[in-house]
Amino acid sequence: MKVVVCIKQVPDTKGGVKFNPDGTLDRAAMMTIMNPDDKAGLEAALRLKDQYGAEVTVLTMGLPKAEDVLREAMAMGADKGVLVTDRVLGGADTWATSQTLAGALRNMEYDLIITGRQAIDGDTAQVGPQISEHLNIPVISYAQNLKVEGDSVIVERQFDDRYHVLKAKMPCLITALAELNEPRYMTPGGIFDACRAEITVWGRADLKDVEDSNLGLKGSPTQIAKASDKVRKGAGEKVSLDPGESVDYIVGKLKEKHVI
Amino acid sequence: MDFTLRKEHEMARSLFREFAEKEVKPLAQEVDETEVFPRGTVDKMAKNGFLGIPVPKEYGGQGCDPLTYVMCVEELSKVCGTTGVIVSAHTSLCVDPIMTFGTEEQKQKYLIPLAKGEKLGAFGLTEPGAGTDAQGQQTKAVLDGDAYVLNGSKIFITNGKEADVYVVFAVTGTVEKRGRMIKEISAFIVEKGTPGFSFGTKEKKMGIRGSSTYELIFTDCRVPKENLLGKQGQGFKIAMHTLDGGRIGIAAQALGIAEGALERTIAYTKERKQFGKSIAAQQNTQFQLADMATKVQAAQLLVYKAAMAKATQKEYGFEAAQAKLYAAEVAMEVTTKAVQLHGGYGYTREYEVERMMRDAKITEIYEGTSEVQRMVISAALLK
Repeated sequence: MKVVVCIKQVPDTKGGVKFNPDGTLDRAAMMTIMNPDDKAGLEAALRLKDQYGAEVTVLTMGLPKAEDVLREAMAMGADKGVLVTDRVLGGADTWATSQTLAGALRNMEYDLIITGRQAIDGDTAQVGPQISEHLNIPVISYAQNLKVEGDSVIVERQFDDRYHVLKAKMPCLITALAELNEPRYMTPGGIFDACRAEITVWGRADLKDVEDSNLGLKGSPTQIAKASDKVRKGAGEKVSLDPGESVDYIVGKLKEKHVI
Repeated sequence: MDFTLRKEHEMARSLFREFAEKEVKPLAQEVDETEVFPRGTVDKMAKNGFLGIPVPKEYGGQGCDPLTYVMCVEELSKVCGTTGVIVSAHTSLCVDPIMTFGTEEQKQKYLIPLAKGEKLGAFGLTEPGAGTDAQGQQTKAVLDGDAYVLNGSKIFITNGKEADVYVVFAVTGTVEKRGRMIKEISAFIVEKGTPGFSFGTKEKKMGIRGSSTYELIFTDCRVPKENLLGKQGQGFKIAMHTLDGGRIGIAAQALGIAEGALERTIAYTKERKQFGKSIAAQQNTQFQLADMATKVQAAQLLVYKAAMAKATQKEYGFEAAQAKLYAAEVAMEVTTKAVQLHGGYGYTREYEVERMMRDAKITEIYEGTSEVQRMVISAALLK
């Protein structure tokens, strides 16, 4: 069984967010972590490795320093790492990113592809399902639990306060929620091995069956009009009234703001 | 010369730091208050390979270098001195001598489960009358057929009742050395549960209170002949070699405690306001912090240098003694200043620096007091 996990190096938002003048994220200036949903997806794959001896490959697209996130995944137990990096791929939105990753995945063998539900820097939840569309394989999103049965996967898909149970024949793609599991730590020996391991590096020329018009900033239909850090909310307003007056006051405020 | 850490060491540090923050720190105060050995944490460390860091992979270890191990003890001790010494005593004092002096059979039987963390290790050298003076040993081992029969007791044994495998020293006879008769000391691997091996009192300590410190008692305890570690009479050499490594572990523990106290003090002095401004804005505080940070940095360089010496040199006792002496005294000084800068709050158990000051004191005493380190260092200078 071969599992490919798509992971993303994302800014550690605990350290604050910085932007380039064009509104895109200044990734080079920020501390980075493995995207939490992706990490849960990786853990799910590593459990398949523990249970069935699955071979786990991690795939990422990014700047050369995104190699770090691959080494972290390998220090946790992934067998191989593939980095897709090329100047012409920069500035990609979800469409261009999924095209790029699908172009890389066409070169790889897989029974199961796992992506995180969404990345904490974009929060779109689009890349995973888009990849499945490009590769023409089934997708089950928002996985909160997963198991393999024969040549199929059975997934609990989160849905409001309940979940759906879906079964899909492999090859297929699953998008994982951080709630899926508690990811393991790296091991010290795993770190040493990962730092000595070869990482496969691919550029534009290595992507299969992808048009230039679908790649990079030029191939991205999404335009970022403006981006900003979180705006601090004001201190709010405290009023001390009896319950009846309080209701009238709140309703008045909501009307004033055209909420109701 | 380059002081930049390699990628694997940076990653290992971030791993140990994350583990310490998530798994160890939340329990540190409770472990100190209740004096309960943190078995759950030890199990988690075992699962993650922290109990066999410098052991080759073929013996169940992680195949890393002494610097990685030192960083592990440092980061754990930053949040909990007890947890730091559990790993240090296990690795430096039990795993290391078996790895260095054990036969292939002993490595297969003991080193592999110890390195995997399936078993915990301890070391028994100190006796009521034999601390710094290892020649004062009273515990005797007499060969009787296929076993050595041990009689005597050991005190202040770290991981005492919680360990499974013990490296124990005993007198096996007398030998002549430079015209004088001296005790011949040998080392043995003793398993918990061996008939005649029991535990005495648990020590009630000032610091590292979650660490299980016990007396070991041997009464006609038959230890199989094949559990002799090294050759008969090699015990003193094994003990001294082992303590050279152990001192690097304790130096790392002391360093971690000092770093932890410094971090908390920086945070506290920025928050605490007196006379309308933070106490960090007072020049006295600034100068104290500057001195503390400089000494901590110097201690780290000595500790890392000793770890590198262990990786590359046959003898590293000098570097180990300097690292332990300096890091332990820095730990005591920095934690004392940390309590002072915390004022009245620092004296309460609500703030961690109080615990750190108590934990720091032992690093000046065990595995060779600061005075012993000075003897080792000066002996090397004057030989």
